Amino acid sequence: MTGGFGFALSCPLPDRQNEVIELAHGGGGLLMHGLIDRIFRPAFAISSADLTHDGAVLEIAGARLAFTTDSYVVRPLFFPGGDIGSLAIYGTVNDLAMCGAQPLFLSLGLILEEGLPISQLRQVIASMHTAAETAGVRLATGDTKVVEHGKGDGLYINTAGIGFVRSAVPPAPQHVRPGDAVLLSGDIGRHGIAVLAAREGLGFEGEIESDAAPLAATVMELIEAGIDLHCLRDPTRGGLATTLVEIAKSASLDMYIDESSIVVSEPVRGACEILGLDPLYVASEGRFIAFVPLHEAEAALSIVRGAPRGVDAAIIGRVEASRGRGVVLEGMIGGTRVLDMLSGEQLPRIC
Amino acid sequence: MCLAVPGQVLSIEGEDALTRQGRVKFGGIVKQVNLAYVPEVAVGDYVLVHAGFAITIIDEPEALKTLAYLAEVEPEELS
Amino acid sequence: MKYIDEFRDAASVRRYADAIARITTRSWTMMEICGGQTHSIVRHGIDQLLPQGVNLLHGPGCPVCVTPTESIDAAIAIANTPGVIFCSFGDMLRVPGHRGSLLAAKARGADVRIVYSPLDALKIAQGTRDREVVFFAIGFETTAPATAMTVAQAARDGIENFSLLISHVLVPPAIEALLSAPDNQVQGFLAAGHVCTIMGYWEYEPIAQRFRVPIVVTGFEPLDLMQGIYLCIRQLEENRVEVENQYRRSVRRDGNRIAQQVMRRVFAVQSQRWRGIGEIAASGLGLSAEYARYDARTRFGPAEVHSEQPSECMAGLILRGLRKPTDCPAFATRCTPERPVGATMVSSEGACAAYYRYRRHDGTGAGVGLDMGRDASP
Repeated sequence: MTGGFGFALSCPLPDRQNEVIELAHGGGGLLMHGLIDRIFRPAFAISSADLTHDGAVLEIAGARLAFTTDSYVVRPLFFPGGDIGSLAIYGTVNDLAMCGAQPLFLSLGLILEEGLPISQLRQVIASMHTAAETAGVRLATGDTKVVEHGKGDGLYINTAGIGFVRSAVPPAPQHVRPGDAVLLSGDIGRHGIAVLAAREGLGFEGEIESDAAPLAATVMELIEAGIDLHCLRDPTRGGLATTLVEIAKSASLDMYIDESSIVVSEPVRGACEILGLDPLYVASEGRFIAFVPLHEAEAALSIVRGAPRGVDAAIIGRVEASRGRGVVLEGMIGGTRVLDMLSGEQLPRIC
Repeated sequence: MCLAVPGQVLSIEGEDALTRQGRVKFGGIVKQVNLAYVPEVAVGDYVLVHAGFAITIIDEPEALKTLAYLAEVEPEELS
Repeated sequence: MKYIDEFRDAASVRRYADAIARITTRSWTMMEICGGQTHSIVRHGIDQLLPQGVNLLHGPGCPVCVTPTESIDAAIAIANTPGVIFCSFGDMLRVPGHRGSLLAAKARGADVRIVYSPLDALKIAQGTRDREVVFFAIGFETTAPATAMTVAQAARDGIENFSLLISHVLVPPAIEALLSAPDNQVQGFLAAGHVCTIMGYWEYEPIAQRFRVPIVVTGFEPLDLMQGIYLCIRQLEENRVEVENQYRRSVRRDGNRIAQQVMRRVFAVQSQRWRGIGEIAASGLGLSAEYARYDARTRFGPAEVHSEQPSECMAGLILRGLRKPTDCPAFATRCTPERPVGATMVSSEGACAAYYRYRRHDGTGAGVGLDMGRDASP
């Protein structure tokens, strides 16, 4: 197949007719966004303003409610620092918090695989109970289904959540402004590495624990202190870099991020060095990014640092009007590079 | 190619030449590494690890010389 | 982290940039032949710190990029064989063969598993005796010892449900092939520090002399790269031709003798096809007679043979340093990391992937001067 450009392609382009879903479609990067744009958006007539990453803000009979849903398919079911159950609670609670909402109620959908030991189910439910109490939410309704052995990976969970929006203006990428400061609430990458290590049996001693934790209380503190939260987002799938790129694209703005201000713990650093992973793309489940007006940045930082797990919170960058550059990382040794979404999930490498 | 990472040997287990291994610390994590290619390694040494194998013991005096070399080439370097 | 952080010191890197600028009086073209160095250079912006006229080319140093399409096809065929557990380094999963990649095969139900070490694959074989486990052994001389020791262990412990699909390549023959080519522009080489950790650098001395090209064995951190480039330019400026060792904390002239011994016992040198370049004599490793029974190609039979396209993909020219990724009309348009056309776009070490990730917005590619950040005019 000649390209008409004076050379012949030596590898055939993949046949798009026979496209199947690949794991990378769930990775939060370009392939997943491709699915959303090509398949979901046209079907549901969702405008980009409505399809925020985290949740929808709905006006119902004069009340502003945030509504979100998420499904949890993590393997292994149990990992250091949590399990699929606690993750399912915190993940949805955090999505509501990212809408500036006080989480109130969750629904729970369980898909159980035939053969799952009931002791494991008990453990997951107990973990969800503890997590819900910690997060201050209640389970309002639920459903359980069982699928045949071999069809389900043990256990899948879906949680949906509702909460009252407390911020005057619900945070969204559209509200980010040139000049805003970018605040990161803590160190990154623990969750992704914890799950990867557990799943692949990487045999790391001195286990890295997932950072999964509820964020609503800290967000409410910021709102109560009158901080103008232009946008909030938790850097889950795809990590910090992907999240920043998504927001920059939605907001049509550029960002300049200072690499040396991003905190990566020693264990996560070591694991990333060995596996050849970039910590900027590794998920966290108990951290958030906030875009606030520059003059409020120090106050916001002080509040987050005072909250649980906030010790490594930092201002990591600034927003600027778009000159078409996107998210620029100002590197440790002085060079710059543009951050982009990865094409698929980040794979460990040897080269 | 060749992502090889330096780590410190915390302990060494086994006598067998092929399977001798050690617990090696990289930043904040510890992993088992095959030491067959560095038979003279001692606890406390730093090794370079690739694909689960230590491929050399890092020479600390040479490392320091490399870092110090910069001072030799600047600022009064020839043109 | 010790032995990493000190070699990423920003101030030192800048001082090397100044020193290099001071000693450079004319244009020079150098090549590094290590995907890890490509990655580090582009990621840290090392080439942005070099003076105009210092041209740093990325050679065929990415074993992922140079693994022949035939090997990928063989890997997929084996992975699709019922009952097989196919183990591979993560790097190889997205490389396109004639009919998709290993990742695509996995999506269609093949049991493909990522491992960090060939020992992990052997462990899987020990743990699941009723299934055939195959390990995709790729890489340069740095990785070959790991494969060799794994084969030796398998043989000694009688693990027979284990075999390897081998595609190990050797660097010196590739350097000779590059330097022998009539269109060669390379004036100096940065030799791959981890390859030389295993093999030493004595093999490069006759090459340097025969082709009158300075060779500097170089490490991977920003400081190593800057020092390696500095030493190479200094040789060029002073009209000296030597093999110098920048990566002294890791590399000795004789290399790792034990690793070499085990490699000699387990492997035999053979001719090897390099994707995008062609066949290079004595540039690959196959299993020696003593260990031939572990060869997955023999065990599973030859894969369907597809003829390689007669004209070369741009990747070949890029791998030989004759073009930059940004010269390719398909770059970032029809050829992207999600839909790669050539192998250099697939591997994170490949020049095209590195450029795509870090450089495509510049529009100018590498080695064109200092990027001062947002105030620079493009």
